[in-house]
Amino acid sequence: MKHRSIKKVEEGIFKGLMIIATLTIVISLFMIVVAIVKRGLPAMSWDMVSKIPSGGFYLGKEGGLLNAIIGSVYIVIGSVTLGLCSSLPIVLYLNLYLSEKSRLAQVTRLSFDVLFGIPSIVYGAFGFTLMVYLGLRSSLLAGILTVTILIIPILIRSIDEVMRRVPKEMKDAALSLGATKSEIIKPMLKQVVPGIITAVLLAVGRGIGDAASVLFTAGYTDSIPTSFSQPVATLPLAIFFQLSSPISEVQDRAYAAALILTFIVLLLSIFARIFSRKFSKNKI
Amino acid sequence: MIPNILRVEKFIDVSAEKLHVEKDSVDLAKANQILLSNKPHIRVRNLNVHLTKNHILKNVNLDIPDKAITCIIGPSGCGKTTLLKTFNRLLQNSPEVKIDGEVLVDGENVHGKNANIEEIRKKMGLLSQRPCPLPMSIFDNVAYGPRIHGIRRKRTLKLIVEKYLTEVGLWDEVKDRLKSPASRLSIGQQQRLCLARGLAVKPEILLGDEATSALDPISGKKIEELFLKLRDQYSIVLVTHTLRQAKRIADYVIFMYLGEVIEAGPAAEVLNNPKQKLTQEYLSGNFS
Repeated sequence: MKHRSIKKVEEGIFKGLMIIATLTIVISLFMIVVAIVKRGLPAMSWDMVSKIPSGGFYLGKEGGLLNAIIGSVYIVIGSVTLGLCSSLPIVLYLNLYLSEKSRLAQVTRLSFDVLFGIPSIVYGAFGFTLMVYLGLRSSLLAGILTVTILIIPILIRSIDEVMRRVPKEMKDAALSLGATKSEIIKPMLKQVVPGIITAVLLAVGRGIGDAASVLFTAGYTDSIPTSFSQPVATLPLAIFFQLSSPISEVQDRAYAAALILTFIVLLLSIFARIFSRKFSKNKI
Repeated sequence: MIPNILRVEKFIDVSAEKLHVEKDSVDLAKANQILLSNKPHIRVRNLNVHLTKNHILKNVNLDIPDKAITCIIGPSGCGKTTLLKTFNRLLQNSPEVKIDGEVLVDGENVHGKNANIEEIRKKMGLLSQRPCPLPMSIFDNVAYGPRIHGIRRKRTLKLIVEKYLTEVGLWDEVKDRLKSPASRLSIGQQQRLCLARGLAVKPEILLGDEATSALDPISGKKIEELFLKLRDQYSIVLVTHTLRQAKRIADYVIFMYLGEVIEAGPAAEVLNNPKQKLTQEYLSGNFS
């Protein structure tokens, strides 16, 4: 009997710890959202999402954040496209041509794991060096390039994980029909579509929310860029600049910007969930 | 539930027995004749396979007869599947594998330096243990092979798909949903789809790696019947775990043990009057 009651207490303690951990995290995240909504919502208006800043915007006067919204979307679309174009060949090479135990494959995977953990300010600094070297000024192009480098490790590692789980029998089946390795790329990609969607989502989340990598590279501007060589505003930087203002009205607008950013990420997540559910139905 | 399953098993067995009897009386002479008169389709000479430090296949010498069903039997881990994979060189996808010796298909060494591996693989359809449809529609699965070999015209592809789906008895079951994903089919249907997909590239040889072991008895029986139907046109090589299957459909049997070929010959001889003691013991169920 005694032994049994000790077990019960043990069970209770561990369950309690888990509940405490979960609640702490959920409550703190929830408080962030509450803070954003509470301070951002009063400052939200149609102008915020439909107008670019006018003369006295940063002193609390008229205007909106359309420049930063469009800028963030431009950067994310550009860098995810570029990122996919460069990471898919790498992942395919790793999985089709290199064996699991090959030295090159191991080194590549390890280095992407490491790159995954490097703080984004380092990517920003690297992007800046690259810009100076290439003679670029802070611009949409430089921002896209830097964010691309930032998200490539995420894209590669998450797509690679799903592609490694493609059953060997499927590759063998296609090969035994006389397909060359490059001809089995199509079925391989089809098999991992849900994984690619998840990877893109993660990359978008990181790319759109990152301030440090675009700080030096994309610059900031009140207008919407019309070419790749113009600087571009981004939502994280809009938040950063407005938060550092002494005027409380402007600070509130930073929260409104955060609200918009959160909303965009939320929308994307919902879309991706619907997408991957639709695709996983067709999956084997 | 259990009595039902037993009944099904019994039903299968009875029909299988019938099949066997028929085959015995009619085919024995014919099989022998085929095996002796036709020149072998695949010839294996001094084949040795090492995987890291393990000697998987030990000095294998074999002739696989043309237009007949050859069953490779033997206990688990004796190298049956490895042998099968050396035929279409799927083994070389892993780097730790070392292969010595020759596998000659129509006189061409599969493991030769100048071998055109895609052409060789095209000659051999493969049916794996678990059906493995490609992640695309039923139509596209069958059309995949012809497409990669350069057939683009829609009409031609349609004809090919219909022909081979009919050949495996799947056309009537799926003709209204050719566009739906192949993964929606039942596992038995998937296996027949995979067979149709293999046939669509016009192979000369069919390789089956325990092609019926993951299927329910009825689906398994359908696949076996297909093999019997196809044996006049293709050289069929099957790895099988079930002796009963070998008894039902084999014309030629190869018995392997620990990487060596112990006995090979016409099915009736090997299965009914084995010469080697190991074969006798395996057939009487002393080990498996």
